[in-house]
Amino acid sequence: MITEENINVGIKEEEFILNMGPQHPSTHGVLRLVCSIKGEIVKNIEPHCGYIHRGIEKMTEKLTYPQIVHLTDRLDYLSALINNEAYCLCVEKALEIEVSDRIKYIRTIMSELTRIASHQLWWCSFGMDLGGLTCFFYGLRDREKILDIFEETCGSRLIISYNTPGGLMADIHPNFQKKVKEFIKYFRKTLPEYDQLLTGNVIMQERCKGVGYISKEDAISYGVTGPSGRGSCFSCDVRKKEPYSAYKFVNFNEVLRCEGDTFARYMVRMDEMRESMNIIEQLIDNIPEGPYAEKMKGVIKLPEGEYYQRVEAARGEFGVYIVSKGEKNPYRVKFRSPNFSNLSALNTMAKNQKIADLIAIGGSLDYVIPDIDR
Amino acid sequence: MGLIKYISGIFKGVWSLLQGMAVTSSYFVRPWTIVTQQYPENRKGNKRGRSKKKLEMFERFRGELVMPHSENNEHKCSACGICEMNCPNGTIEVISKMEVNEEGKKKRALDKYVYHLGMCTFCGLCVKACPSGAICFSQNFEHAVFNRAKLNKILNNEGSKLLKGVE
Ligand code: SF4
Ligand code: SF4
Repeated sequence: MITEENINVGIKEEEFILNMGPQHPSTHGVLRLVCSIKGEIVKNIEPHCGYIHRGIEKMTEKLTYPQIVHLTDRLDYLSALINNEAYCLCVEKALEIEVSDRIKYIRTIMSELTRIASHQLWWCSFGMDLGGLTCFFYGLRDREKILDIFEETCGSRLIISYNTPGGLMADIHPNFQKKVKEFIKYFRKTLPEYDQLLTGNVIMQERCKGVGYISKEDAISYGVTGPSGRGSCFSCDVRKKEPYSAYKFVNFNEVLRCEGDTFARYMVRMDEMRESMNIIEQLIDNIPEGPYAEKMKGVIKLPEGEYYQRVEAARGEFGVYIVSKGEKNPYRVKFRSPNFSNLSALNTMAKNQKIADLIAIGGSLDYVIPDIDR
Repeated sequence: MGLIKYISGIFKGVWSLLQGMAVTSSYFVRPWTIVTQQYPENRKGNKRGRSKKKLEMFERFRGELVMPHSENNEHKCSACGICEMNCPNGTIEVISKMEVNEEGKKKRALDKYVYHLGMCTFCGLCVKACPSGAICFSQNFEHAVFNRAKLNKILNNEGSKLLKGVE
């Protein structure tokens, strides 16, 4: 019999369950957030993942080492080149190969271009989540220029597969340096427009300041890395802590903000685009001569053991863990994806906030769902 | 004090909105900043409207796997199957046959080079691995077809031969 007591089993009094997603424009993919709301206040959020689970980690066990690269693109497709690099660095670490400086420089430039492109897309979608549709066009317009650079050199725009274990698929295109310099010049002019359009906007500031606070301690215990962690004063930039590729040759600042709210995370990303441009400017004129790929054996076999390599992807720390039994396929591959850990902090950030703020908080976390589900 | 703050807040807010509008309206009066391309009109590069620039893909663009043939209908594929082995998802099937050449020796030759476009992830490993450079990517990106079977392609031409001198 339905009585007053058992009608709401498991649901606290007056709490209402609202499903956000899996098909919601502001979740940027197929993520389902089960929100318990009381009036307009969010009381609890339970993310349900797995809608785009493809079993990539399992698939890698059947593939050879060079073949796995094309799957790493398909995790966080907005930082595809950084994921490629992480995987290739891990394989090179296992084989104890030191790649030439040319490869390191090109990889670093490509990673930073990827980071700018990714932050641009984040900026578009963040603006759009808050209702500023103009941002979407401006961000995509500028991102297109980077994608053209990628297309000319790597042959592909989004799913790039440019790195291989031991080097790169092809040398840079003769136009590459010229185009990158043109882009930097152009984007230095355009980035202040972004600030003028959105950063100073009163509606955006009201919706972001003081919303979605997470303390440094919480950020560390949830493993929130990348710009989201650095917005809470958590200094976690792998490029600084454990320099890989050509990051040891360049000077740049780790962008840190201590407010811990949505606006701080926003500002970290905006400043990171400037830092990325600084890094590219230091490298682009000094690409040393050398081979674009080291000589590798026809069949790559890693020596038995366990290997781990971490890099700073656009959304946080991306790690690749390979267990090898000495075969031509890995025994086990695990990807430490930044978005999964960042998502786990969503509940802490959005608790006792308005349901509309959940959109802003989610936008500031910048999650990419294929990276969460793998 | 509260009232002054409130009123100045309103003016600051309106000013910030005007700032944003200054950006957007500046683009209204600068038509040369328009980046929109008129696809499909610009495929042939017609002269009307803003789509004067012909749509051209970059030469390295990985659109679709092709096997170039010479004018005598000869290709360079020796049917070794290395590309098939390197492909991560079984997109390529190299079907070979035994042929007797002029010296009377039996040799493996290409019968059919089957390429399942629908399965290809455009990673480029096959082209990189091919020892004789028999395959490459074309710039064609318009892959839409009405029937899924049309995505299974045979890359070598009818009656094509192995180019002389390629092993
Ligand atoms: S591009 Fe990659 S997926 Fe496509 S046929 Fe070549 S190896 Fe296979
Ligand atoms: S295309 Fe190249 S790799 Fe593939 S079977 Fe022919 S010769 Fe061998």
